[in-house]
Amino acid sequence: MHISLAAEPLFHLYGFTVTNSLLASFITSILLIIIAVLVSSKLNKKPGRFQTIVEVIFIFIIDLAESVGGKKARDFVPLVLTFFLFILLSNWLGLLPGFGSIGFNEIEEGHTTFVPLLRGATADLNTTLALALISVFAIQYYGVAKLKLGYFKRFLNFSNPINFFVGILELISDVAKVISFSFRLFGNIFAGEVLLAVITSLVPIIAPLPFFGLEIFVGLIQALVFSMLTLVFIQLATIEHGEAPGLDRPMARKEVEHGT
Amino acid sequence: MGPEETKMLATALVMAVGTIAPALGIGILAGKALEAIGRNPEAASKIQTNMILAIAFTEAIAIYALVVALIIKFV
Repeated sequence: MHISLAAEPLFHLYGFTVTNSLLASFITSILLIIIAVLVSSKLNKKPGRFQTIVEVIFIFIIDLAESVGGKKARDFVPLVLTFFLFILLSNWLGLLPGFGSIGFNEIEEGHTTFVPLLRGATADLNTTLALALISVFAIQYYGVAKLKLGYFKRFLNFSNPINFFVGILELISDVAKVISFSFRLFGNIFAGEVLLAVITSLVPIIAPLPFFGLEIFVGLIQALVFSMLTLVFIQLATIEHGEAPGLDRPMARKEVEHGT
Repeated sequence: MGPEETKMLATALVMAVGTIAPALGIGILAGKALEAIGRNPEAASKIQTNMILAIAFTEAIAIYALVVALIIKFV
């Protein structure tokens, strides 16, 4: 049974280590670019089968954004959709046969170790940490772009001691966001790979099938959770402090009264 | 018990104890959400979105346990 917590280095390029999951993430990016070029070059008013599938995904995310933040949340859709597509594709690519099974033996300090050529991109903490950092910096960026300097009132507020303490908590929670974003995705996908490896080594045929189904579902849910959390946090960062979404908004109260 | 056995035991214990609370939490969450959908089926999509979000937060605690277990096992 071959389980490795860290991604294995394949080769070095001018001192830069290329690991197998970096290779997989490049493949994911190239696939996404190819799909994007293919779809956008043949855009048609009467969509074909392929264009329809892509449109369904786009509309799903756009609807999600609008249900979270109304019409203005459309500005965040490109980022959120990129997260969704990249994570979804790399989660699902990691389940394909060949990932983790095709590789070569490397002799290191007397004993041979198996190095797979490809490893799911999101099953490596480096990839998920990068995604989490992009997400958290995007949250700050959108917050500053929308509220200008008023955004920093969230962190530094001297109006009263309680608000000052809440500001410190906000600061801590932004750091914790990086940790929870990256470990949630990495933990789920890596645990899935370990689960599949264990089941396959116990019963090689038929038994892993339902678990593959489970992993396909988990891959979708994690991609959805990552993009949705990014969306919600950006939405929270772009509203004025104290202007909490809820029943104290006159619009929301009207919606409740009309039962919509 | 040698250090190797202690490590194995610690790994198993972290997962076993660390997943009790998130399991209960996700159960309560999903139960309440289903109850809410039953009361108001028109709000199903909104409830679902918030449920998945809350489950993600709850599940994060189990993931922390998993990460600790992985660190004990492999590092």
